[in-house]
Amino acid sequence: MVSLRGVTKRFEDVAAVDRLDLDIRDGEFLALLGPSGCGKTTTLRMIAGFEQPTEGEIFIGGSPVVGVPAHKREVNTVFQQYALFPHLDILDNVAYGLKQRGVGRKERRGLAAEALKLVHLVGRDHARPAQLSGGMQQRVALARALVLKPKVLLLDEPLGALDQKLRKAMQIELKRLQADVGITFIFVTHDQEEALAMADRIAVMDAGRIEQLAPPRELYDEPATPFVAGFIGDMSTVGGTLAGDAVELSGGLRVPLGRRLVEAANGAAVRVGLRPECATFRPAEGGPGNAEVATAMVLGDRLQVLARMGDGDEVLLRQPRAHGDAAVAALRPGDGLSVEFHPEVGLLLECAGAATAAPVVAPTPQEVAS
Amino acid sequence: MVGGAIGLAGVAVAAALYTQLGSLVTALPGAALLICVALPVFVGGGLLLQRAGVTGRSPGGYPLTLLAPSLAYYAAFFLVPLAFLVAFSVATPLGYGGVSYGFDLGNFSQAFDPIYLRVFTRTLRFAAIGTLLVILVGFPMAYWLARYAPAKRKNLFLGLMIVPFWTSFLIRTYSFLIVLDPHFVLSRGLEDVGLIDKPLHLLYTNTAVQIGIVYNYLPLFVLPVYASLDRLDWKLLDAANDLGSSAFAAMRQVTLPLAIPGLATGTLLVFIPMMGEYVIPQILGGGRVDLMGNIIQRAFLEQQNYPLGAAIAMVLMAALSLFLILYIWLSTRATEVGDA
Repeated sequence: MVSLRGVTKRFEDVAAVDRLDLDIRDGEFLALLGPSGCGKTTTLRMIAGFEQPTEGEIFIGGSPVVGVPAHKREVNTVFQQYALFPHLDILDNVAYGLKQRGVGRKERRGLAAEALKLVHLVGRDHARPAQLSGGMQQRVALARALVLKPKVLLLDEPLGALDQKLRKAMQIELKRLQADVGITFIFVTHDQEEALAMADRIAVMDAGRIEQLAPPRELYDEPATPFVAGFIGDMSTVGGTLAGDAVELSGGLRVPLGRRLVEAANGAAVRVGLRPECATFRPAEGGPGNAEVATAMVLGDRLQVLARMGDGDEVLLRQPRAHGDAAVAALRPGDGLSVEFHPEVGLLLECAGAATAAPVVAPTPQEVAS
Repeated sequence: MVGGAIGLAGVAVAAALYTQLGSLVTALPGAALLICVALPVFVGGGLLLQRAGVTGRSPGGYPLTLLAPSLAYYAAFFLVPLAFLVAFSVATPLGYGGVSYGFDLGNFSQAFDPIYLRVFTRTLRFAAIGTLLVILVGFPMAYWLARYAPAKRKNLFLGLMIVPFWTSFLIRTYSFLIVLDPHFVLSRGLEDVGLIDKPLHLLYTNTAVQIGIVYNYLPLFVLPVYASLDRLDWKLLDAANDLGSSAFAAMRQVTLPLAIPGLATGTLLVFIPMMGEYVIPQILGGGRVDLMGNIIQRAFLEQQNYPLGAAIAMVLMAALSLFLILYIWLSTRATEVGDA
């Protein structure tokens, strides 16, 4: 439906988007995910037609669109702060695009009312945008774009302005809406949770390039680069020595290896990435155990510890917590911990001396724990 | 309570002031009339303030007592002189500045004399063309300033526009005598470039007056328009564009409606003073261009026919009130948009 071929966008001398290739399928829900400044919004704006690429070609529905102005493209955008027209009421906001197409007043009001029904906003036709809550404004913005039946709907951080609870509800609703209308959705977000929840595929971007384009599960389980590994989900890293299909930590603990992102020889000093669900843990009995508790907290249905192991690296671990279980919850900093890894959980990230694709930008355990 | 006290104090001050003034020019009847007019205004204002004092706040959220100084000043130095004007306009002129108070509509029938109507239409034309030119020059300027001027330089550009205001209005206008002089750079330059073949005789013409008016009032228009455009979320134009509007349609359907408060303020701010302008025609028109302001000024100062001058001024004010009503209607509509 949308294809980008070698698209580059330079602002002065900085390439915001760097030789990007991307194919978005018909009816797909695709997320452009990355830290701020990674080029995701610029990519979206080029598809919308607000920016023209410095180089490269963009196709929408098979036809090249570079040079076609925004108002002549069959894509519509839901803006970050919605950009609703403050001087028009809700119905006129939604009918605005139809008016531009020369649809008659009566017909466009009917279509606008229908679109508002689609997004579950009824009875506020004659309110002004500022009289509506953020969630309602979001619905208006959606209706305003969807009423034009675009081939592709672009969403720029669509849920960024909503509070946490509303955001979760809207994630589900957007997903449902996309299935209902069957339009290709491309949305930009810096919130990985949002991307994981909604998207069919996620393009993880960094520094103007796509690091990996894959479905959420694949991104999480099989990250292609250290950047993706660190950016998607929580990941802690520990240093150790490569020993066959495991990494030996200095305390004698062995981390069984799964995927390897770098080549390393036996005996090399390496760093290995670990997801929070990589191991089970319990208080050490009759001995110091193989790790030490740095912090422990009960997250309702889960228990989370920051375990100090190896050369003092801290690893974030989470496991389900049985209802009423108080024993594990009584862990205190400094307590001994008995950690048992599941098979093939270690992600070999870097090897001393070996070149890695990108520096690992993992949240430090301190950040995650706080 | 405080409001009521301030109101009464205002009455006392105004009464004292105007009985003194009255003895100089119009003796007792004028002063009595003034007090009659001023008293309800002050008492009413005081009561209003007092009532607001109960709730402490106006609907807008500001304590109304903050208005007291400006209200008192406004009443003492605007409403009261206005009452003078009303009294003059229905008095009978006795010649050489003397008047006899009464109810004489003769001044008004004189004010509607075809001679004055011609001056009025001329003034209207000058003000209308002047306002139009100010809009044509000022709107793009304000738009550029709000949208495209580098953010760091905005204040510099605004400052540059205001700097001429630090100079006396008279000096600025007199300096235009030099600019428009046939022997000055403007005329010479155009001659050198070959745009004209003989010296430009602009001075003491309608054109000179028009140029002077536009120049002097331009910032008064640009500032409010800039202020309203500066608040505009330019993403709205992206949105309009995205929904199928060409740049022109977006300007008409989004930018202009949202800039109406500023446009209305700016237009009024230049149009109304233009209607009463009398200094620029005198200097740049060399006395050959007569506008309403000049007529009124002469009626008062040269003919010393206060009643006639007052009557013409009243007619002018009545005409301008129509524009004010339009403005209030437009701006309250715009506020609804802004608040809603």
